[in-house]
Amino acid sequence: MSVRRLDANQPDSFEFTPENIEWSKKQMEKYPEGRQASAVIPMLWQAQKQEGWVSEPAIEVIADMLGMAKIRVLEVATFYTMFNLSPVGKHFVQLCGTTPCWLRGADDLKDVCRKHIGDPNTVSDDGQLSWMEVECLGACSNAPMVQINDDYYEDLTAENFAQILEDLRAGREVKPGPQTDRKGSEPLGTLTSLTTPITAEGAE
Amino acid sequence: MLQDKDRIFTNLYGLDGCTLADAQRRGDWSGTKDLIAKGKDWIIDEMKASGLRGRGGAGFPTGLKWSFMPKESDGRPHYLVVNADESEPGTCKDREIMRHDPQKLIEGCLVAGFAMGANAGYIYVRGEFIREREALQVAIDEAYAAGLLGKNAADSGWDFELYVHHGAGAYICGEETALLESLEGKKGMPRLKPPFPANAGLYGAPTTVNNVESIAVAPTILRRGASWFSGLGRPNNAGTKLFSISGHVNNPCNVEEEMGIPLRELIDKHCGGVRGGWDNLLAVIPGGSSVPLMPKSVCDDILMDFDSLKEVGSGLGTAAVIVMDKSTDIIKAIARLSAFYKHESCGQCTPCREGTGWMWRVMERLAKGEAEVEEIDMLLDVTKRIEGHTICALGDAAAWPVQGLIKHFRPVIEERIAAQKAGRLVQVAAE
Repeated sequence: MSVRRLDANQPDSFEFTPENIEWSKKQMEKYPEGRQASAVIPMLWQAQKQEGWVSEPAIEVIADMLGMAKIRVLEVATFYTMFNLSPVGKHFVQLCGTTPCWLRGADDLKDVCRKHIGDPNTVSDDGQLSWMEVECLGACSNAPMVQINDDYYEDLTAENFAQILEDLRAGREVKPGPQTDRKGSEPLGTLTSLTTPITAEGAE
Repeated sequence: MLQDKDRIFTNLYGLDGCTLADAQRRGDWSGTKDLIAKGKDWIIDEMKASGLRGRGGAGFPTGLKWSFMPKESDGRPHYLVVNADESEPGTCKDREIMRHDPQKLIEGCLVAGFAMGANAGYIYVRGEFIREREALQVAIDEAYAAGLLGKNAADSGWDFELYVHHGAGAYICGEETALLESLEGKKGMPRLKPPFPANAGLYGAPTTVNNVESIAVAPTILRRGASWFSGLGRPNNAGTKLFSISGHVNNPCNVEEEMGIPLRELIDKHCGGVRGGWDNLLAVIPGGSSVPLMPKSVCDDILMDFDSLKEVGSGLGTAAVIVMDKSTDIIKAIARLSAFYKHESCGQCTPCREGTGWMWRVMERLAKGEAEVEEIDMLLDVTKRIEGHTICALGDAAAWPVQGLIKHFRPVIEERIAAQKAGRLVQVAAE
């Protein structure tokens, strides 16, 4: 299991924006009366989207909103590894290092991160980038890949990945998804299935 | 090889448009009302007759699972929960359904929900799939706007609400009771069974948890008939299946194929072959990281379905095929999986919490050859003490890859230890 703790440096307070309070209310409505604790993961996630990470005051605010004991929300925040318990870079790189990506060169991508960003879990001096190795992100047929904020970048090489990092740092636009000529997870080049016209009865 | 006319996921690659109108043009939501009019028993019997076995890894018959739900409500609501927490290393098929063919899943939720008496469904999407979650929500909103969900869904007379929920990075939430805990707003720690979810699941109410693919294939099976689906594949291993192929092949991809397709044909036809040719193959993990690997000698003529893979001591799992060619350091490849399980153990059961870390540390030493030969058997012994001694199957899943490695590649481990002792491993040690 992964042992995770709150950051030593905490802000004095946390407040959801009015839009996020509205958003939170909508989330709570998805669950039956009295089961509003179900919204805890989505709300912690929204707090992270707002602030970049999950702070102790945010945990307290969410506990109050959901009528949960603070310790229960703290448990959730420390259990689920996507909650950043410390600040991250503006562009937060999660690099998949699990075997399917490792087989296709994840170690090379790690070297790129060390060179272009620095040590893992450390925000670069310009505040633009930080990275960490994560476990399988579920895009194995497009390995090696990374997630940067909300997007997957797939079919990476050390070269195109380094370019993506520098483009992000410079504020240039980057293209998410596969960095080769494929759209999704079809085989590169000629299609081997779904080559006939599709009708309501299925493909011909 | 499966023909296109028998493929269910006709927009697997997203090349044909993903809107509701596109999906309807491809045949989704055609006659849903008539399917539901045939009644719960007909749907469940047809699903049983189709031979569909759950596509999430365990391979439990889907129709049978649906039939475990109480026939009549005792006052508690019934829930359908869809497991879209796709996290098994190597597996990347449900992602394609959610972002490219979401209406199949949504229609399946309505039909399955009706069959088990559920008026509400939750789709639990892994936290990292942010874009997929957004795509799925867009598709659900479209379905609501078209009257296919909500009150009198699809004019069927059945009310059905469908919600997207998400996790935040925890492999263990793919285990169905951990998923339910997570959906209730708790840490994802598996529950002791019994009670099974069909008796006391989400919020203590009768619940069925199904994989995305299992639910998404249901409407097509019901429309085309159980005999069509059961006519594909082999007895007890029926139908079509999404395969995710990764690793050392020329063209890694997802593809829908007939169950029981020879592994070699799957790789040669759809993936451009093994990198460097078939003879350059070292080993394959055929069903996601949890199942034991198979050396090339087994791969040569193995069929890809539940029973044939079980026969050779492995498993179909999620049909995530991880291919490793002869350049692979097989000990490191499995050691990395041990690191994965150590990271993902929820910490509830001692054999798993302590054992996954223990196995990982030994595996790391074995990869460097910094061990004694006797430790191989000690490691094997420890895997047996984890396997079967935990609440959920994560302990087993962590043990099996190590067991597979020792079973098939013991000489490689022994050679590495000998080389280290003889000082021949300078290069590896320097890495």
